[in-house]
Amino acid sequence: MPEVRLMKGNEALAEAAIRAGCDAYFGYPITPQSEVLEYLSREVPKKSNMVVLQAESEIASINMIYGAAGAGKRAMTTSSSPGISLMQEGLSYIASAELPCLVVNVNRGGPGLGTIQPAQGDYFQATKGGGHGDYKLIVLAPSSVQEMADHVRLGFEFADKYRNPVMILSDGAIGQMMEKVELFDQLPRDMVKKPWATTGKAKNRERNIITSLHIDPYDMEKINLRLQEKYKQIMENEVRYQSFQIDDVEYLLVAYGLSARICQKVVEIGREKGIKLGLIRPITLFPFPWNIIRSVSERVKGILDVELNSGQMVEDVRLAVEGRAQVKFYGRMGGVIPSPEEIFENFEKEFLKGEAL
Amino acid sequence: MSENTQLEIEEQNFLEEDICVKENLVFDRTQALTDVEMHYCPGCGHGVAHRIIMEVVDEMGIQDKTIGVAPVGCSVFAYNYMNIDMQEAAHGRASAVATGIKRVLPDKFVFSYQGDGDLAAIGTGETVHTVNRGENILIVFINNAVYGMTSGQMAPTTLEGMVTTTSPYGRDPKIMGYPLKIADLIAPLPGAYYVTRQAVNNAGNVRKAKKAIQKSFEYQKLNKGLCFVEIVSNCPSNWKMTPVESNKFVEEKLFPFYPLGDIKVPKEIK
Repeated sequence: MPEVRLMKGNEALAEAAIRAGCDAYFGYPITPQSEVLEYLSREVPKKSNMVVLQAESEIASINMIYGAAGAGKRAMTTSSSPGISLMQEGLSYIASAELPCLVVNVNRGGPGLGTIQPAQGDYFQATKGGGHGDYKLIVLAPSSVQEMADHVRLGFEFADKYRNPVMILSDGAIGQMMEKVELFDQLPRDMVKKPWATTGKAKNRERNIITSLHIDPYDMEKINLRLQEKYKQIMENEVRYQSFQIDDVEYLLVAYGLSARICQKVVEIGREKGIKLGLIRPITLFPFPWNIIRSVSERVKGILDVELNSGQMVEDVRLAVEGRAQVKFYGRMGGVIPSPEEIFENFEKEFLKGEAL
Repeated sequence: MSENTQLEIEEQNFLEEDICVKENLVFDRTQALTDVEMHYCPGCGHGVAHRIIMEVVDEMGIQDKTIGVAPVGCSVFAYNYMNIDMQEAAHGRASAVATGIKRVLPDKFVFSYQGDGDLAAIGTGETVHTVNRGENILIVFINNAVYGMTSGQMAPTTLEGMVTTTSPYGRDPKIMGYPLKIADLIAPLPGAYYVTRQAVNNAGNVRKAKKAIQKSFEYQKLNKGLCFVEIVSNCPSNWKMTPVESNKFVEEKLFPFYPLGDIKVPKEIK
């Protein structure tokens, strides 16, 4: 029987890190995710020799991840929006050097120091690069405490499979809320062989170099082409999404993370009123579920994208839809969470224009 | 060259394979260095510094247990020359990267190799905290008082009055701040086990610097904590000097401000 516990999202994620065989965690306190560092600092010494270190900054954290991941170990850090901004340089280097690791952003309201309430304003930063150069993170968007745990395991699997940094893009609500969570059993450490890692040059092999520097432009272009080929593979193989009531859908909602939870309720409200609402929830934000959204868009009267930002993912939805249906957006910013009723009202305003049902 | 001289040389017929015979060889290439030409400018201290570190690695027999971290700066390509596993860090972050490596591979020897811009400007935070945590690593700090790779801008260690491309009228501390003695700054921190300032400008100093590197690796083996070896070096190209002039500048200008010698030695050995 799997262990079932009532846990905060951040704590479930921390426990999952231990169970996923994470070798090293480097972090820096920031609300609303400090429970991860606290949980690991408290729990790890009781049962494991996993490295847990509070760094002097997020810049140091991400570079410690670089070192530990380059040494072939499962490494992870967590932060929230302003801290994730500080990590962008490191993420660009990690993506270029192709180091597998897990970075968690418990998104809060911005820009700037912003607020500590949940938001989704970091979608662009997470999915479109964030740091300099052409690179992609694999981005997972949990919408429950259960997924906060499960995405840690999945994230490490993706990271190791593709030698690519993976980001879990959560938010302050998913991080702070308590829910029932089924915890997976402890996995062994060092499951994945990493012959490329800097573990000391054994006599029978060439030296291993971890670098993102390729001074000859033609060499650098080759690296870029290889990375792009990898991202293409990821787009072909790893798209994940969840759909609710899309078989007979007439109006489609698209939302991820916390917004998707609220939109499930919006679907219910609509259905009670006889409006065939349905929902697609992207679980991977990169790779984005373009195909399913494109195919559903061919048979709907309209699409409403809902986010806790000014409209970021909606650009990807429009790219997927390519004009096949009208795509509207509704969002709140700065840490404000809309109610299902508020979203439904805006859906009515956008698509039904007060017409009698 | 006269015809006669040419003839003599031909008669003597010095062929490489005749000279390079076992009984003539008194000195080997350092095995832990790769067999390639370095990109460093003529007279630059980097080559010698690389060499003494790798000689120590050879002599201690730890090539398979040593992981180096290269910085951003002239020695960004250190991994092309050091025949060991290496990681190339972002600018200033080498000691954080080294921390990450050492924490997960505590039985390996880990060192970072950093210049003054990298370690004492953009990476000051990482440097201070890595030292203060007493990470069991070696930081080799090459101080030549100038940004070399970007061609001669003012460094945190540039002397007062010293001319660089961004202090073309000489460094004026009232505007540009004072040269930073970072080794003295970190030495009092409890995590610092051994802090020393060395040079590679002449044979005697090279031997002393090598000894400091060797001690540092020995201390690391004994889990003693952080060792910091500053090497006061030169930059003939960006100082616009010949190698000989640059070494003279090192002795006459840099040594008075950055005096050589141990800054902190282990208490139990004092």
